[in-house]
Amino acid sequence: MKKFLKKIWAWIDDRTGISELITPLLKHQAPPRALWSYVFGSATLFLFMLQVITGVALSLLYQPSSNDAYQSLEFITNQAKFGNVLRGIHYYGASAMIILIGLHMMRTYITASYKFPREMNWISGVVLLIFTIFMGFTGQLLRWDSNGVWSSVVAAQQLGRVPFVGTYLARLLLGGNTIGAQSLSRFYSYHVFIAPAFIFIFIGLHLYLVFRNGISEPPKAGRLVDPKTYRAWYKKYLREKGVPFWPNAAWRDVMFSSGIVIAIILLAIFLGAPALGSQPDPSVVKTSPTPDWYMIPFFALFALMPHKIESVAMTVGPLLTIFLLFSIPFISNKGERSPLKRPWAMFGVLCVFVSVISLLITGLKAPWSPDFKTKPLPLSAIKSAHPDSVVVAGVNLFYAKGCQYCHKINKYGGAAGPDLTVVGNRLSAQELTIRIVNGGTNMPAFGGVLSKDELNKLVTFLNTQK
Amino acid sequence: MNEDVTENKPAETQSEIDRRKFLMKLSLGFAALSAAVAAIPIVSALLAPLLEHPAEKWRKVGMLNDFPLGTTNLVTFVNADPKAYAGVTANSAAWLRRNGQSDFIAFAANCTHLGCPVRWEATAQLFMCPCHGGVYYKDGTVAAGPPPKPLTQYKVRVFNNEIQLKTKPLPITNITA
Repeated sequence: MKKFLKKIWAWIDDRTGISELITPLLKHQAPPRALWSYVFGSATLFLFMLQVITGVALSLLYQPSSNDAYQSLEFITNQAKFGNVLRGIHYYGASAMIILIGLHMMRTYITASYKFPREMNWISGVVLLIFTIFMGFTGQLLRWDSNGVWSSVVAAQQLGRVPFVGTYLARLLLGGNTIGAQSLSRFYSYHVFIAPAFIFIFIGLHLYLVFRNGISEPPKAGRLVDPKTYRAWYKKYLREKGVPFWPNAAWRDVMFSSGIVIAIILLAIFLGAPALGSQPDPSVVKTSPTPDWYMIPFFALFALMPHKIESVAMTVGPLLTIFLLFSIPFISNKGERSPLKRPWAMFGVLCVFVSVISLLITGLKAPWSPDFKTKPLPLSAIKSAHPDSVVVAGVNLFYAKGCQYCHKINKYGGAAGPDLTVVGNRLSAQELTIRIVNGGTNMPAFGGVLSKDELNKLVTFLNTQK
Repeated sequence: MNEDVTENKPAETQSEIDRRKFLMKLSLGFAALSAAVAAIPIVSALLAPLLEHPAEKWRKVGMLNDFPLGTTNLVTFVNADPKAYAGVTANSAAWLRRNGQSDFIAFAANCTHLGCPVRWEATAQLFMCPCHGGVYYKDGTVAAGPPPKPLTQYKVRVFNNEIQLKTKPLPITNITA
């Protein structure tokens, strides 16, 4: 039996040339002592395959229609066998893919693997990064609940800031003049056909380039890259010290990628897919659009940057970033590769890393947003031990007039404005009155909203906060 | 597969070379033509949203006595050009304020910063945006936060005690700097 199967395989292999094709790819020489830090790229590839397979599985259950998508998502989440786990895997898979493509890029930059002759490896990688982020965003829209609807409006508004053609771009994204029947059909096409097609093409190119130019050797301080001699040196280096890619180098990739996939499945089983919001009805306005975590740093940046420059920043910012990423291998493609000898480059990586993480953390807290869920301030939380009726009325007004959406007193309230727990120490009654009536840099004027009596009560209360 | 077969061949004559060049150009030209013709409906599908005219329609949003004087209320209506398969996504909402007997003003629910839905806080008499902290006064002007311009307004008219609102495409804020 075994012999018979072997014969069949030999026949297929001879007629198709599978071994001829695969063996050189598997056995090609890789630098020795490839490190664990070299596993992020292959893990990104594994995750992409996981996303393709789970995505195809989801498409068996999903209805890509503005009208029906929500019901089909409810079906997938609540009724379909393992549907919630499937959605979960696709969601955590997307998150992991974004993290890993980021780590892969950072590692490539830190070890300067983008230098000669691997410039095109880097460039095709940047294209893949852009498409991966695009996939993350369009994927979030396919979760077609109120958040999906309003997130697409937010995206359209960002495109709207592009000079001259902004409105056209926004209409193109939404598929019409408003959100409607066509919107989800387009997002589906972008996410399922158009972007994946480009990703397949560029992954093909990226992998071909890895084989053509070879896996970059771990850098060593003082070993400079010279475009004139590098290729010959690398060839000699592999001949002397190289090891077959499989299994000597690739076993780590397989281990790491499998570990990540298992972790994703565990997350999907125990945490499940992100909960669905309310119906995708654009007339329901009591909703707070929040992007998935990987978009939060952008979202935070839009809240924090000076408002005067934001139109420019929203269009020029992304273009400049993409331009910079593309230009990195042209700025320096030779010389030192060791991170120890490139302190400024390492400082740059650190700055980018710290900025993105800080924006993410700030964005998750979103202190600039009014806290609509704040509870009325209890009398136990104020400074005055025996408040009279005027102060009590002031406490109630502090909640009723919306002060508390933005101002905190003793942990009650939002964080958009200054904490007013001890405001009585900073401002006199007169100063408080002026500020409330006229507003301030980022505070509405309440003069038209409060009666004289109400104003008096509010100021009396705030003045006791010391 | 890789054997060199050109070596023992007789050299091509000029007419053979010309013929080959012509056929090459002909085939490529023909392929380009077929691609260009096929591209017309494809590009038209891609650009479909730009090829339609932005329709605007008057929609009834309520009766005169539904709206007490000096209040701001959410009204919902159906977009100008809803497709049969749009379902709930054909809906839109606006904030309708009644200033006088037949003096109405309608604001788009979209924040002018990034389009998030603003909500009316009646006690504070302010519109507030949940996304980046944009705040507007009751007349739609900016009170605080990042919004670059006042809330977009819809046209409103009163007809036989019926309040009608003229729909608009989703308001898109363009470059403001």
